[in-house]
Amino acid sequence: MSNELQKFTDPGLPAHVHRKADSDPKAAKAAEKQVAILFLLSAIGTVMLIGSYIFVKSNKFIYLPILGDTNLQQLLLGVGMAMSLFFIGMGAVHWAKTLMSDTEVIAQRHEMRSEPEDRTDFVETVKEQAALANLGRRTLIKRSLGLSLGLIGLSPLILLRDLGPLPKNQLATTDWAKGTRLLTDPGDRPIKPSDLEVGSVAQVLPALPTGTERTLENIGKDAVLLIRLRPEDFQLSPERLSWTHEGIIAFSKICSHMGCAVALYEQQTKHLLCPCHQSTFDVTRAAKVIFGPAARPLPQLAITVDAEGYLVAQQPFTEPVGPSFWERSS
Amino acid sequence: MKRLSRYRRHKFAGPAVLLAALFTIGTTFSIATALPSQQRMEVSAQTTMVEEGKQIFARGCSSCHGLNAEGGAIAPSLIGVGAASVDFQVGTGRMPMADMSQQAMRKKPVYNEQETAALAAYVASLAPGPASVTNASLTWERDGNVAQGGELFRTNCAMCHNFAAQGGALSNGKYAPTLMDAQPKQIYEAMITGPQSMPKFSNNTITPAEKLSIIKWIKAAQNEPSLGGASLGRVGPVTEGLLVWTLGLGLLIGVAVWLAAKAR
Amino acid sequence: MSAKNRIASGVAGYVDDRTGAAKWLKKNLTKVFPDHWSFMLGEIALYSFIILLLSGTFLTFWFDPSQREVIYNGSYAPLSHVTMSASYASTLHISFDVRGGLLMRQIHHWAALIFMAAIVAHLLRVFFTGAFRKPREFNWLIGVGLVTLGIVEGFLGYSLPDDLLSGTGIRIAEAILQAIPVVGSYLSFFAFGGAFPGHVFIPRIYTVHVLLLPGIFLALITIHLMLVWYQKHTQYPGPGRTEQNVVGYPLMPVYMAKAGGFFFIVFGVTAFLGGVASINPIWLYGPYTPGQISAGSQPDWYMGWLDGLVRMSPPIETHAFGHTISWNILLPGLILPGILFTGMALYPFIESWITGDKREHHLLDRPRNVPNRTALGAMSLTFMMISLINGGNDIIATHFHLTINGIMWFTRIGLIVVPPIAFVITKRICLSLQRADRELVLHGKETGRLVMLPHGEFVEVHEPISAQKAWTLTQHLQPEALMVEGADENGVRNPAGLKGKIRARISKANAEQVAAPTLTEFKELEGGHH
Repeated sequence: MSNELQKFTDPGLPAHVHRKADSDPKAAKAAEKQVAILFLLSAIGTVMLIGSYIFVKSNKFIYLPILGDTNLQQLLLGVGMAMSLFFIGMGAVHWAKTLMSDTEVIAQRHEMRSEPEDRTDFVETVKEQAALANLGRRTLIKRSLGLSLGLIGLSPLILLRDLGPLPKNQLATTDWAKGTRLLTDPGDRPIKPSDLEVGSVAQVLPALPTGTERTLENIGKDAVLLIRLRPEDFQLSPERLSWTHEGIIAFSKICSHMGCAVALYEQQTKHLLCPCHQSTFDVTRAAKVIFGPAARPLPQLAITVDAEGYLVAQQPFTEPVGPSFWERSS
Repeated sequence: MKRLSRYRRHKFAGPAVLLAALFTIGTTFSIATALPSQQRMEVSAQTTMVEEGKQIFARGCSSCHGLNAEGGAIAPSLIGVGAASVDFQVGTGRMPMADMSQQAMRKKPVYNEQETAALAAYVASLAPGPASVTNASLTWERDGNVAQGGELFRTNCAMCHNFAAQGGALSNGKYAPTLMDAQPKQIYEAMITGPQSMPKFSNNTITPAEKLSIIKWIKAAQNEPSLGGASLGRVGPVTEGLLVWTLGLGLLIGVAVWLAAKAR
Repeated sequence: MSAKNRIASGVAGYVDDRTGAAKWLKKNLTKVFPDHWSFMLGEIALYSFIILLLSGTFLTFWFDPSQREVIYNGSYAPLSHVTMSASYASTLHISFDVRGGLLMRQIHHWAALIFMAAIVAHLLRVFFTGAFRKPREFNWLIGVGLVTLGIVEGFLGYSLPDDLLSGTGIRIAEAILQAIPVVGSYLSFFAFGGAFPGHVFIPRIYTVHVLLLPGIFLALITIHLMLVWYQKHTQYPGPGRTEQNVVGYPLMPVYMAKAGGFFFIVFGVTAFLGGVASINPIWLYGPYTPGQISAGSQPDWYMGWLDGLVRMSPPIETHAFGHTISWNILLPGLILPGILFTGMALYPFIESWITGDKREHHLLDRPRNVPNRTALGAMSLTFMMISLINGGNDIIATHFHLTINGIMWFTRIGLIVVPPIAFVITKRICLSLQRADRELVLHGKETGRLVMLPHGEFVEVHEPISAQKAWTLTQHLQPEALMVEGADENGVRNPAGLKGKIRARISKANAEQVAAPTLTEFKELEGGHH
């Protein structure tokens, strides 16, 4: 683009166009009335709010299209409050738009940077003051200060140490042990293999030693899903097959991806789906991941029956349940 | 089976299934007609209800499920599924299926109550299975506990049917339906028979009394009023986000445009 | 009249006697603000924040941030006698046993969603109009800080009631924490005071939610506004609007009335939503326990894109030397968002490096006149939208009869393929709009009137556009590609090296423009016509 081309020029701010209300007293009066009506609507809203708070019972419902059976008190409180606020705002804005001066004002800007002499002054001051501190020459001070400033960040870290205990091996262990009975969740009843038909599922938790109360922390790693298939449906290694009992297979319900409860069992495809991130596990192949972000199968719990014929764990989980963590070895 | 499901999405899957179906129907027909007359004698010896059911079955169901409900390439065997399963599948209009390409969905039932009962009696006569129930026989209002039902529902049902029984997505286009129209007997029968993708919930792991509690909770969810205003489908934060960008920010930007426009 | 004047001068005198602020106040009460609807987006965010403070304070009067177990015996029957945490029970109490409590809860939550939506809309306005350019880089950085903190604050807020949905969210957050290499399990145990879910997490995030983060917000918002005030607001280009002035209305009374009124309007709209539309119905979700889950568990929309990224992540984990690194969590949950937000924060500096432009800018860009930036914005927006779609894939699947697997694959591929396409298309659209502007300036607008020329030809009469319009369409600066010193055809090695070469390359792409029409061209054409 050559320089000799002449650019369009700025014609300047267009002439101010007057509003009707500026010249016509009738229009101004009308605008004033409109503003007043808006403010009055706000007052009505507040009255509605107070009235519904005092007089409308909180168990009263009315039927409205779209909303359905609606709680009247909640609705009137909301609409009343909305009106009281909304219209006071509309009134103020309408007032500003129609009756306050609408002549555009021009203010000048100045560049952010200071005048050159102020700037040099400032730079000089900084230099002088810094020189007063002698920082340049006193390297010992500089270094020791650097060291202590660096270390000072450690104190909050140290002080925050007691936020919680060390993990130890808690992430790797559960309450399942050899011979732990499988109890229904909820209900806490032991289960016999005959209780489950082919195609059925049961949510189970381990029987805890008597006197121990079950906490959410227990559930967070102990929850197990029990599924019964036809034994011929399994495509398992001999070892994994020995972990099942008469077609009943047990998996940790805590997703190996991010810990959601994977309990969404599709009976026909024999897939387990996690509703959080849609990892899909194939039950017949030891919960192998067939879709989604999970990288590991769900841990399988080895089960058998005890002398009384109730389902029990053969052994603890052989790997940590739930999401991965640094110390996990596989 | 695994491999079949993988090919189900192939573009020739439709025609191939159709061919297979025609072939199977043809063969089952010839086998069925060749069955010894003695077997038919046995069936005819049963009640008229079973006979009526058999006739309806032959007309409306046998083309897929086989003349004697032994199943075919496109439909499972119904021997041993019991009256409960028939009552659920036919009573909710899922069977007979209109469109094989997708999951059987709830629609207006093709058969009336009597015909459904006859079909159920016929299928029940083939082999023992879970018996159907009636709405009246389920005393959920008296014996159910809604809070316990909620806990059971959240543990056993919400992962597919959503926290408010609105239904949800399963893998590969399958879905758990909404339970907003489900009748008590249908809920009960679904739990004991495990229709389509749904697993069974045995009476020994979820007792019949607990099932009544679940029914009571679902009935409460069906009648759950709008406590906080429009329910937005009760599907979680997605619709809330949609509303805030459309109605919420839309309204505010609308006002802002008016506010910044010069008055005349 | 005189009485009024007396009061006014009395008040002014009283204040000045005690502050000596007469000069400062006079200057600032007549401060000029330009008017445009898009300048109100940031105000919506500001007012939502005030609404959040007010409604949040109301909620704290009844909310009990504790995870101790209680038996519920309030008026919501379907949960009566259920064991739950005190925070869940007290949220139920606010909802059903405090008059107006549910309304306040819903106002608080809607205001939070509006807050985040307005911040994002404001951010987009600032980005697409180039309002982040010198001297406003600090404010851009503060803004990026605010949007990041807003996401965290919102997440903590909806986690407080300890319901099944939010508990699932905390579980996922815990998994992200736990996935951090080396220190992950320690961080998780420190945050939760032991094994998940523990009894201390909600009391702890409560303090962060109601004290620490709002305090930081207040400080950042104050600086943000002071800078806007001090640097004066930007304005859209137009006749009479220059880099050296600001055209608008004085603070007192017009802007005070408008901005003050707008606060009430935002509050009113929020209250309306709170009154007629249910949000976060925690009584339906039930209390949290790790053994339960609901279909369609998603976070609020401003986290939805993150959840979408996590969902579409490839299933990669490395196991080596007895340690595990979960790329399927770290990549979408920490690394990618980290890169995106760092890139966003650094953008003003990157752009100024590309253009070599170190001047101050107070006139906004029309997005079409900066095709590269606009295209980059469209590209980022597409990326976010695709992630967000996958974050709600289960709801979309059931409502539009699609498959979650299909949506997942569409977004997995789309995330890589669609944003560049959006870039190219947007850039092309910008250039054609520039061309259309050029046409309009040089040839005037079509009137639809046909005129027969003496020799029988019909032509459409074009009407020249006004001088104001012509100025608006032609005033913009046209960037020129940076020439890297020494890079000439004579084979002289470029002293700036590869970095310089890249810079020159990007700069050249950035400078791709349709030339703005000039008066000279216009006159030549006019001469030709007659």
